[in-house]
Formats: sequence, C-alpha cells, structure tokens
Amino acid sequence: MPMDFQYKKLSKKTKMILTILLVLGCVVLTYMLDQGMIGTSYTIRIVRISVIYALIGVSMNLVNGFTGVFSLGQAGFMAIGAYSVGVFTIPFESRANVYYLVPMSEKIVNVELSFATALIMGGLLAAAFAALIGAPVLRLKSDYLAIATLGFSEIVRALIANNQLWPITNGSLGLKSIPGYESLFTPVLISAAGIAFMVLLINSSYGRAFKAIREDEIAAEAMGINLFKHKEMSFVISAFFAGIGGGLLAVHLTAIDTNQFKIMVTYELLLIIVLGGLGSVTGTVISAFVISFGKELLRWFDLPHYIGGWAIPIFRPGLRMVIFSLLLMMVVLFWRRGLMGRKEFSWDGIYNFFRKWPWRWRKLVRGEYKIENRERRKTQKEGRAVDKAGRAAGRAVRREEKQKQKEVDSNAE
Amino acid sequence: MDAITFFQNCVTGVSLGSAYALIAIGYTMVYGILRLINFAHGDIFMMAGYFTIFAVSSFGMPWYIAILFVILVTVLLGVAIERAAYKPLREAPRMSIMISAIGVSYLLVNSATYLFTGLPRAYPQLGFLQKVFQLGPVSAPIVTFITPIVTLVLLFVLMYLVNNTKTGMAMRAVSKDFEAAKLMGIEINRIITITFVIGCSLAAISAILYFSPRPMVYPFSGFMPGLKCFVAAVLGGIGNIPGAVIGGFIIGLAETFLVAAFPAMTGYSDAFTFVLLIIMLLFRPTGLLGEKIAEKV
Repeated sequence: MPMDFQYKKLSKKTKMILTILLVLGCVVLTYMLDQGMIGTSYTIRIVRISVIYALIGVSMNLVNGFTGVFSLGQAGFMAIGAYSVGVFTIPFESRANVYYLVPMSEKIVNVELSFATALIMGGLLAAAFAALIGAPVLRLKSDYLAIATLGFSEIVRALIANNQLWPITNGSLGLKSIPGYESLFTPVLISAAGIAFMVLLINSSYGRAFKAIREDEIAAEAMGINLFKHKEMSFVISAFFAGIGGGLLAVHLTAIDTNQFKIMVTYELLLIIVLGGLGSVTGTVISAFVISFGKELLRWFDLPHYIGGWAIPIFRPGLRMVIFSLLLMMVVLFWRRGLMGRKEFSWDGIYNFFRKWPWRWRKLVRGEYKIENRERRKTQKEGRAVDKAGRAAGRAVRREEKQKQKEVDSNAE
Repeated sequence: MDAITFFQNCVTGVSLGSAYALIAIGYTMVYGILRLINFAHGDIFMMAGYFTIFAVSSFGMPWYIAILFVILVTVLLGVAIERAAYKPLREAPRMSIMISAIGVSYLLVNSATYLFTGLPRAYPQLGFLQKVFQLGPVSAPIVTFITPIVTLVLLFVLMYLVNNTKTGMAMRAVSKDFEAAKLMGIEINRIITITFVIGCSLAAISAILYFSPRPMVYPFSGFMPGLKCFVAAVLGGIGNIPGAVIGGFIIGLAETFLVAAFPAMTGYSDAFTFVLLIIMLLFRPTGLLGEKIAEKV
C-alpha cells in the first residue's frame, strides 16, 4: 500500500460502460415494477411520487441552488399545472358528476385534451405566469423575493378556489375522476427527460451565468451578465417544470383540490433540496427518493402500538410528521451541506470513495481520528474561554461605568 | 354603505389592524437585528392561541392568570427556538438561517397537528373580553375596543424602552451594525434574547386579542396572519417599530373595507395584501418610514 492516498480517475470507456449499465438497470427495474415482478402497487405509488418530486425538486434547485434566487412559489406553479391537466383530461361522461354544483363552463365542456397536450399546456401556463410575476418580483432582494413568491402561490390558490373561476376549476370542491397512469414508464420518462434538459441547461453557458449570479451578483453584472434576463430565464424554466410536475402529480393522485397545494408543499420541496444539497441535481434526485420512502417508513409511528393490551399514548396520527420535521431540522442545523453539497454524482467519486477505505481504516486503527477530534475540541474550548473572558470584561467595564455614574451622581448631590 | 356600517367596519378594521401591528413589531425587531424573516413567528402566534385554550379550558385558570401564563410559555417557546435553531447558524449564510426558520415553522405546524389534532378547537371565554359592548350605534365585543388601546400603550412602552434605556441603545446599535456592536462590548446574544422575549410576548398578547372575537384555533391559523404581518412590517419600513404599527393598521383597515365594499372580492382579500406588497417594494422598497440604506459591495 502506498503511503499517501492518490485520487485516481477511471478511463472514459469504463465510465461510459458504467453509465449505460446504470441506465439499463433503471429501465429494467422500472419494467419489473411495472409488470408486478417485484414490489406491490404500493411500491409503485411511492416510486411514482419520488420521480415526480425529483423533477419538481430539481426545478426548484435550478432557481434556489444554481441561480441563488430564493423563490418559494413552487406550490403555485404546481397548482397551475395540476389544474390544467385535471380540467382538460376528465372524460366527458364523468364531467357532470364532478361539476355537480356549478356546471362546467360552456366553452370548455366539450374540450378534452390528450394527457401530453394538457401537460405541456399546464407547463406553458405556469411558465407564462412566472414570466408575468417575475418581471416585478425578480428585481427584489432575497428575503423580499421569498415573501413575494410565497404570497404569489397563495394568490394562485385563492384564485383557483374563487367563485368566478368555479365553472372552470370547480372551486373548493376540487377535481376528481382524472384518469390515472397506465404504466410507470410515463412519469419516469417525462421526469427523466425534464431533469436531463435542466442538466444540459446548467452545463451550458447559461448555466455558468446562473452560477456566477449565485456567487456574486455585482461581479456577475460587471462581467457583462444581464442579471434580470438570466434570473427571469431560470425562474420561467423552473416554473415550466414545476407545472409539468404538478400535472404529473394530478394524474398520480387522480383527485385534486386546492388544499394539496398549500405552502407546506413548497416547504417539503425546500427540505428535499436542502437534504440533497443546494446546487446538486443528483443530490436532489437521491433525496427525493430518500424522503418519499422515508416518509412511508415513518408511517409505523402513526399506527397505535400496544404493550400487553395497553396502548402507548404517544403513537397516534401526526407523530410521523413531527419526527420527519425534527430529522429535517437536524439536517438543516448539523449537516448544512446535505447529502451531496454542490458536488454531483460521478463514477470517479464513487471509485475513489471505495478506494479510500484502507486509508481511512489505517487512520482509525492508528487513532488519528481521536487525536484530530481532541485537537478540534481543544480549539473549540479555547475559543469559548476567549468569548467568556470577553463577556466578563464587558461586564466589568459596565460595572465600572455604573460605579462612576453613581459617584458622579453622589457628587452632584 | 351607510354611516353605521361604516363605523362598524372602522372599529373592526382598527381592531384587526392593532392585532396585526403587535405581530408585525415582532417581525420588524427580529429582522432589524438578525436580518432574518422569522417564518416561525406566525406559528408562535398560533401556539399562543392553543396555550390559551389549555390554560383556560383544561387547567381551569382564571383569565388574568391565564393571560400571564400564556405570555410566559410563549416567550419560553420563542427563546428556546432562538437558542436551538438560530443561534448555531449565526455565522452561516443568510439562506441557511432562513431555511432553518422555515424548518421551525414546519415543525411547529406538524407538532400542533400532532398534539392538538388537525381539527379546529373552540376558543374559550376570557373573562369580560367577549361581552358585547354598545358604543352609540356600534356594537362589538369589548375586546374589539380594547385592542387598539392595548396596542398603543404597548407601542409607547416599547418606544420608551428602545429610545431611553441602555438595553434599547444596545438594540439600536446591533441593528445598525452587528459587527461593530460586538466589538464595542455589547453582548449580542443577550440582546437577541431580549428581542425575542419582546417579540414573543407581543405575539402572545396579540393572539389573545386576535382569537377572542373568533371562534376557532387550528394548526394553520397562524400562517396567513403571519405572512400579512410581515407584509405590514415591510410596508412600514422594516426595522422601524412605529412603521410596523402603521403598516398593521393599513393592512387591517384595507382588508376589512375591501371585504365590506366588494363582498364578491372576499376570496381576493389575501391576494390583495401581496399585491400591495409588490407595488410597495417596486416604488418605495424601504417602506413608508424606512431609511434609505446604501448598498454595500
């Protein structure tokens, strides 16, 4: 074993073969799931929701992680996409049933679009809305932008549920009888294509401009990057894919109402991209799967559990979400980088990760980690001591001042 | 709209505005000092609503003790959140601490759903507060008339505290320049804790005043008031306490009159607030009373 660890790269050919194998593996896995060879319909549901969240997550990461614009409007764009698909794909025969309170508007009652057309229309509609609100909103600074986009997504929800739009959106009753997926391949392929498009965009010169804006707006502007144009572009493209994702979600759920696009959805997406790493596409995809599956695993906590006939009182519906949000708080506080940080998945990374184990092991055996930790703790302790001394000095100064003030006061008397 | 309806709406609007103003002060103070939108503030407000229910309905406290209890518990909650979720991220980028605030908000809503179930809970009677009071032709619960008075009194106390005491001076110093204040020997953490104590106690008082004329509390009932109050704080000029109060009044009155004048627009009343925000930010980003801040490179 050589003394020092050296980073080695795989040949291009090997990497190509590995990538092809991975893609083939995914296709085969999807096929097996679809044909019912492995897993149940429950597994298929979770996989579907994971790929949909992966697409929307990457679209949100494009704005938040790559362009550095803190936008929280994703739920609104999803709602636009979902309702476009919902309204136009409900079959004629069930329309009277769905719109039982207020009949569907004359103009659209005879319009039924195919899933693909409705989906693209939903995406374009979301993008158009984004372009419209982006013009004023994107000129704002980070926190204001967050609030304005958050407000926008609530406005969309209010509009959809509003009386005037009732003949189109069925208001607060929501839509049902949306035809579901026939095959698992539909959402997987659409989502993969969307993510691939965004990856190409990020690796293009536009993507480099986005990253430059993220790092330093003023420097980027000085380099001749048109700030507004690039921000608007990233915002609109992100909204387009959020709309597509919302449409996919509508078909997945087959019944939607405005409560499914509350701000909590945006928060959940934000936590997905934070766990995956702000500025990492592969991180987002991995974390969409981890979170979707994790949330289902945590369902155990929602069920009642008994010890010899005695129900343990803490296990009741809702505990799952509390644990879930606590875990995410842990990530935000102690593991800010997330799974991937700003890195992307690469074969070289995986290869070297495994190659590095003997060195790690040797370090562990020699107790070098212990020494490092001890030194780190020592510096931290010293730092705290310095802080404490500083505070004590501050207190002493204030006490002295008070004393002086008192003396001055007593002298004046 | 006849004169009586007009006055009735005035009273309701001013009362709603004062409740908003108290929450907005919490936002504006935290933003002034930490440069952080405390997304959890609206949810702390919601928790205060639940604490009142528990204090009165479950523990059977008399209303005056219940009010003190609610303020105390809410303050403890707020300070605990600051210590656990914001303090470790003081040196981190702005985005991280904002995400942490969103995480706390998410956690609070989920905890409320778990602890108190997602179903709305009836708000209890608090002493004389809900008795209907007749002032000329206008009738409303007493709390509606008390709210603006309480708000103004608290505003003057707070202004005195900020302008005339040493702690207030330290607070102003920290909001002007965090680093320089630290170097001048100001204990930043103490000042931040005090800010949260003030913000949360005002949120608790506001929760009592806001929920008293309303029948229910549910886990999401803090969300919309929270966002609106942030808008109010921006409207008045963020970091500016009287500005937050003025912003709160504007939003409360505008909302009440919009619904009263155009009943068909009820669904848009929330949307209206954000349209107001966007217009304001475009034409006067520093708010009504805010000072112009030079952009530093």
